[in-house]
Amino acid sequence: MPSGSEFIRQIKSQVREVDPAEVSELAHEGVAIIDVRETEELASGLLPGAKHVPRGFLESRIEGVVPDRSTPIVLYCASGTRSALAAHTLEELGYEDVRSMTGGITLWKDRGYKVEVPRTFTPEQRERYSRHFLLPEIGVEGQQKLLDAKVLLLGAGGLGAPTALYLAAAGVGTIGLVDDDVVDLSNLQRQVIHTTDRIGMPKVDSAEISMKELNPDVEVVKHHTRLDASNIMEIIQGYDVIVDGVDNFPTRYLLNDATVRLQIPVVSASILGFDGQLSVFAPYEGPCYRCLYPVPPPAELAPSCGANGVLGVLPGTMGMLQATEVIKLIVGTGEPLIGRLLLYEALGATFTELKVRRDPECPVCSRRPEDISDEEMGVFPDYEAFCAAAG
Amino acid sequence: MATVRIPPVLRSSTNGERELEAGGDSVGAVLRSVTEQHPATQSQLFGEGGDLNRYVNVYLNDEDVRVLDGLDTPVGENDVLVILPAMAGGA
Repeated sequence: MPSGSEFIRQIKSQVREVDPAEVSELAHEGVAIIDVRETEELASGLLPGAKHVPRGFLESRIEGVVPDRSTPIVLYCASGTRSALAAHTLEELGYEDVRSMTGGITLWKDRGYKVEVPRTFTPEQRERYSRHFLLPEIGVEGQQKLLDAKVLLLGAGGLGAPTALYLAAAGVGTIGLVDDDVVDLSNLQRQVIHTTDRIGMPKVDSAEISMKELNPDVEVVKHHTRLDASNIMEIIQGYDVIVDGVDNFPTRYLLNDATVRLQIPVVSASILGFDGQLSVFAPYEGPCYRCLYPVPPPAELAPSCGANGVLGVLPGTMGMLQATEVIKLIVGTGEPLIGRLLLYEALGATFTELKVRRDPECPVCSRRPEDISDEEMGVFPDYEAFCAAAG
Repeated sequence: MATVRIPPVLRSSTNGERELEAGGDSVGAVLRSVTEQHPATQSQLFGEGGDLNRYVNVYLNDEDVRVLDGLDTPVGENDVLVILPAMAGGA
């Protein structure tokens, strides 16, 4: 039987090795660079663009990170030994072009090449987000993106309640809330972020308490106000994604026009009775709200103007679908619901997907953002009057 | 007969029906069949000139009829028409 060091020598003689100088050039050529060290060793930095797959999880996770076995792979560790063993394993798994970097990241650094120092997670964060780390589609990088992300929720009511809770739980670093209302007993049939003993409290304050209790990592930015033409640009600027759960058409059109101008994607949902609609409006990448609904319906067909019944669970279902789309947009995974409208009908338990096209004559998104003026934003004829008439 | 999905805001005009069967070989003919069955839907779907109201979206299966041939779009036996006005509820 060979000794451990003999075994390593044998393996090293069988696998292909590559010098750091060569890796620094390969990095730009579609090569997957994999760091096989343990998580605790990453604090001092990784090679730029490297993905982390600890050697102990190599067999179970590599396919999630490099699904195509013909993709060229460079593996590295601290000194070049574990990566050689890992390269041997990947060859046995059928990967066709695998190399191990000699000298590991120690030699890489000694030669003066750059490293990227990752955000360090506290032991508590490692535990809290462990189920995200286990998903190749999210992982450490995705969780970093979530922690760095800024998401604005319009409304801390039916749709905002579940969205705020799940985005806080997911570790979205900054969550803004816009709502001018206070908690009412009749809200509690569906707005699960609020509680009976907080009736009368501003919804933004009540929501903040629940979100902080769930995840103290999250910074909550409260806007105890109603979104209107005078404050919208100031409030929404700087957010990465906006979640639209507002309860009236004027604000939805206003929001659309402002977000097209600022090129911020909107995850939009609406609910009524047992029915929900969901779509993602990504300015200039897909259609906008006005492409889908060029004009609002008259008041008698727009019951959002007044009080209406809604199944308590429904905003939960739709709000969580919104939260899912937000996370996909931030992490950059999956196929976001851009150019598609999802209808959910709870009584029949049906989901229907419809195509939404960009309107080449859209009054807003067919033009350049800098050409849309303050005066045009949110404009459509006499809608406030319609709503007032409907009571 | 095509299947027509009725949105919540129109159900008070269709005796609460969420789905109707309606005959006709074009989108316009099917919708007219809906308005014959339920006359209260007429003014909600069509303007005075007989055109579809701009605030009502109609989809043949998953495609907006505006990008097909509008009311002249042919409809087959097993097609589904979705009538969809905008909704704004969120609270």
